[in-house]
Amino acid sequence: MTVVVLNRRNLLAAGGSVLATGILAAGVPGLLLPARADGLVPTESMSGGANNYRKGAAIVDRIGKGGFWMSGTVRRAGDGAPLAGQRIQIWAHTVEGQEHEPQSHGATLTDKDGKFRLEMPQIIPIFGQPHGHLAYDSGEFKTVFLRPVMRSAKETSLEAHFVLQPA
Amino acid sequence: MTRWKLARVILIWAALALAVGVPIALAAASEQLAWRGPIYILAGFAGIVALGLVLVQPLLIGGYLPGLSAYRGRRVHHWIGGALALAIVIHVAGLWITSPPDMIDALSYTSPTPFSPFGVTAMWAIFIVALLALLRRRLGLRPRTWRFVHMPLAIVIVAGSVVHCLLIEGTMETISKAALCALVLAATVKVMIDLQVWRKRRALRGESIARQ
Repeated sequence: MTVVVLNRRNLLAAGGSVLATGILAAGVPGLLLPARADGLVPTESMSGGANNYRKGAAIVDRIGKGGFWMSGTVRRAGDGAPLAGQRIQIWAHTVEGQEHEPQSHGATLTDKDGKFRLEMPQIIPIFGQPHGHLAYDSGEFKTVFLRPVMRSAKETSLEAHFVLQPA
Repeated sequence: MTRWKLARVILIWAALALAVGVPIALAAASEQLAWRGPIYILAGFAGIVALGLVLVQPLLIGGYLPGLSAYRGRRVHHWIGGALALAIVIHVAGLWITSPPDMIDALSYTSPTPFSPFGVTAMWAIFIVALLALLRRRLGLRPRTWRFVHMPLAIVIVAGSVVHCLLIEGTMETISKAALCALVLAATVKVMIDLQVWRKRRALRGESIARQ
């Protein structure tokens, strides 16, 4: 036997959610769908992202002895097109040096798909969090500093993604 | 009878030594130390020692440590308070030298690390209590006024320190760190219940209402 499920509570809940969706969608479209309004939104610099940055790190095949992979993508704001040949600078406190030390810094270029990948020494926790630093700071687009955090200090890779807007 | 008393004295002090000593010893065995400079290591241990001192403070003022009279306990509480402020200065100064931009972020409450604001808030509470304790006689603070100021700040210090410490991924071993934090909280709650700080505060409030 089927029980009629249309009671007052259901009606209220259903009506309420319809109302809420309607108000949200109509009243604040920018809040609900920022991506659709302006295309892909540019990445904001993260707080503390620029800490211990050394401008102009050299492009290297590998930072130090390696063992840890930093990877990610670089895309253009708006249409999301991959950006090739973009210089991404990477640094962190690793088993081979502290954040501010020159040997902890290096840079790499994105490939034709806008992807980058650079081997570096194992990142270890510094200032209470195992984290890396990345920078796009080449002038063509607006400078962005990222500071991704590892879920665990035992992880051997970390990702960070850039969406750049013209400077 | 006296033998039992002596055993109790030894047990309590041994328990305190373990509660503070084990986390410090395990942190000293951390593999993270291999990749840190001496100043960073000193700064980290100053923080761990500070947490240990935060445990000692309520135990002293509650008279839970045998062999110390109420008067002596209070005197030692003052000195440990000074040592705590000094440990925090070493902690902050050492971290500042290690990575100035990260310390500036923390002190200006703009740090990306969630534990920083708790630590910085506890730091200011410690400094305020230490300063007021130094000026207490000069300011002519009555015991009741002092307690009214010190108790909320003590809670800020304890809560801030515990949250700060628990959220940090560093040299401290997880279980000994959690145990030390639990003891700090337990000692604080116990001393506040035993000394009936809330009842006194309510009485104070009642009095001021009655006066109006």
